[in-house]
Amino acid sequence: MFGSGADTGSYDDFEHTDVILVWGSNTQEAHPIIYNHMRRGIKNGAKMVLIDPRKLPMVNFAHDWLPVNVGTDIALANAMGHVIIEENLYDKEFVDHATDFFETYRAHVEKYTPEFAERITGIPQDKIRSIARLYATAPRAVIAWTLGITEHHNGTNNVHSLVNLGLLTGHVGKKGSALMPLRGQNNVQGGGDMGALPNKLPGFFNVEDDVARRRFEESWQCTIPSLNGLHLSSMLDSMREGQLKFLYIIGENPMQSDANTTAVRQALSNVDFLVVQDLFLTKTARMADVVLPAAGWGEVDGTYTNSERGVQRVRKAVDSPGEARDDVFIVMDIANRLGAKWSYSSAQDVWDELRSFSPAHYGMTYERLDRDYELSWPCPSIDEPPTKTLHTRLHSQEVGMKAKFVAVDFETPIDETDEQYPLVLITGRRLAFYNTGVTTSNYGSKVKDQEEYLEMSEKDAEHYGLDNGTVVKLSSRRGSVNVPIRLSTKMKAGNVFMAFHFPDTVDTNVLTNDAVDKKSGVASFKYTAVKIERL
Amino acid sequence: MSTTLANIQTTSTVCSFCGTGCGIEITVDHGKIVKVAGDKKSPVSHGETCVKGSQAWAYIQSQDRLTHPLIRRNGELQKASWDEALDLIQSVAWRYKTGFGGDAFGCFSSSRSTNELNFVAQKFMRQVLGSNNIDSCNRT
Repeated sequence: MFGSGADTGSYDDFEHTDVILVWGSNTQEAHPIIYNHMRRGIKNGAKMVLIDPRKLPMVNFAHDWLPVNVGTDIALANAMGHVIIEENLYDKEFVDHATDFFETYRAHVEKYTPEFAERITGIPQDKIRSIARLYATAPRAVIAWTLGITEHHNGTNNVHSLVNLGLLTGHVGKKGSALMPLRGQNNVQGGGDMGALPNKLPGFFNVEDDVARRRFEESWQCTIPSLNGLHLSSMLDSMREGQLKFLYIIGENPMQSDANTTAVRQALSNVDFLVVQDLFLTKTARMADVVLPAAGWGEVDGTYTNSERGVQRVRKAVDSPGEARDDVFIVMDIANRLGAKWSYSSAQDVWDELRSFSPAHYGMTYERLDRDYELSWPCPSIDEPPTKTLHTRLHSQEVGMKAKFVAVDFETPIDETDEQYPLVLITGRRLAFYNTGVTTSNYGSKVKDQEEYLEMSEKDAEHYGLDNGTVVKLSSRRGSVNVPIRLSTKMKAGNVFMAFHFPDTVDTNVLTNDAVDKKSGVASFKYTAVKIERL
Repeated sequence: MSTTLANIQTTSTVCSFCGTGCGIEITVDHGKIVKVAGDKKSPVSHGETCVKGSQAWAYIQSQDRLTHPLIRRNGELQKASWDEALDLIQSVAWRYKTGFGGDAFGCFSSSRSTNELNFVAQKFMRQVLGSNNIDSCNRT
């Protein structure tokens, strides 16, 4: 946000706020402990509003629920902006002092009347007005979102539409007022912060920033390409085109986690040489030329960075099995064989090198992390406290670089429903399971429902003449799977839901669309047009 | 950050599932994990965990873990030594680096792994292979 993708506040803000908009997030199942923070906030008097196509159990604790049509979030957010401006509820002082391009935004949302938005989103205009008022007039308010916002072909624009609301109302950069993208995996935040992105160097520097790049080149005695590299989806394209010939995969299972499995298989089959480093012989590893056994969680030292930018130590508790080794030292061995002269003897050595490049991390020594448990960046000094709230400067005299409104438009989904594919498939996680199930398939009998199923409304089930447990053939424009159905009060007619935790039996991502958001490279997992056939 | 009682050792760490970052205590008996529970000292989770955090750790001690490198020979993945595996990677990488340059390489590093792994993975791609084609797969 405003340059660095991260939560602007901390989990504590959920406990001390007045309004929480939970937008495209099944927080209770996907981030249960963050949800506990929200629950304490609700107990303290906060009103929580869920904006999600599914009637999730969280609705029971919500002040209100807006069952928005899948993929129409921008229309809703813009209409809320429209109401807030029209009714003069925006924070004029903040907008004047701390933001740019308000007039462009104002002109842009003019056509998003609540009446117009009702037709797109399915949310009654009165409801749009009341939620807009609730958010705008709250002394403190937080918007939290997850992949329900980002996993669309226009996910970046979805995010802009929410950030605009924060800027309009000044609900950012203060205690209890924050914009909070909740991170889905333990170290999504850290992976990017470390420069494991095609456009970023460690510590948030841009690859295409010549001055920054030269610092790394001088220190590492090398030449780094001056143009951004390819993100995951573009790398898959490059493999299919035969350009990218040597792929090194560390701890990822794209054959089951990424959209449109058939296209992923084509890409991976087309590389000359595939190295996979993992804990298990995953479907991806089975395609490799060389498989390297890696140490896992509980077997290595290091750090993760969580959703509130908090860096925390992970520690080795047990030895890894057989000849499996710590990833860091496998990479070091390969690097040194190819002429590098790395001499790390511990994770701490690596961390100290990162600290030398990244002012935001400089103040976080291992010693201090041991003592303080969690430190949120930026933490530029060893003696100063870390930063719980970002962008406080926007409320100060010295505002610095202003935050920009980015006006965005609602777009129809790319994988549109039609007569042949009339239903919308939403994919996501369930409480006890995680992504492709590699790490959550060993519960034994302790956990129920250890299988994939397709959730659908009673109305749709009736229409198709289906009962609980009936196995159906579910097809998209890319492929088919057989899956049992389950009636669910969460689903509204026209939407069906499936997770992707049991890909060996039901390979959900055979169906999903690999068309990606041009700005972020995220695939549109949340909107796949599908049809149901009886077997 | 570890406490020892006879053969039982407790280590404080962080959960490896979602992005919340709950504090976790791993109890180890004779070199095996026997219990995982919330760490009350954690400022993030104050001892709370979800079902994944406290129950889903058995995978780490699964019999299916990879325990040695594998190399594809005659179409099949076969057991190999670390030296054989790394020699092969070295020779192929060298050939492609000199033959095609950095654009021929790509790396998917992991949003599940540590900051330290992600740092060395991007350094390896940029410094050693001359490529910015690195992605920590943080979109799924």
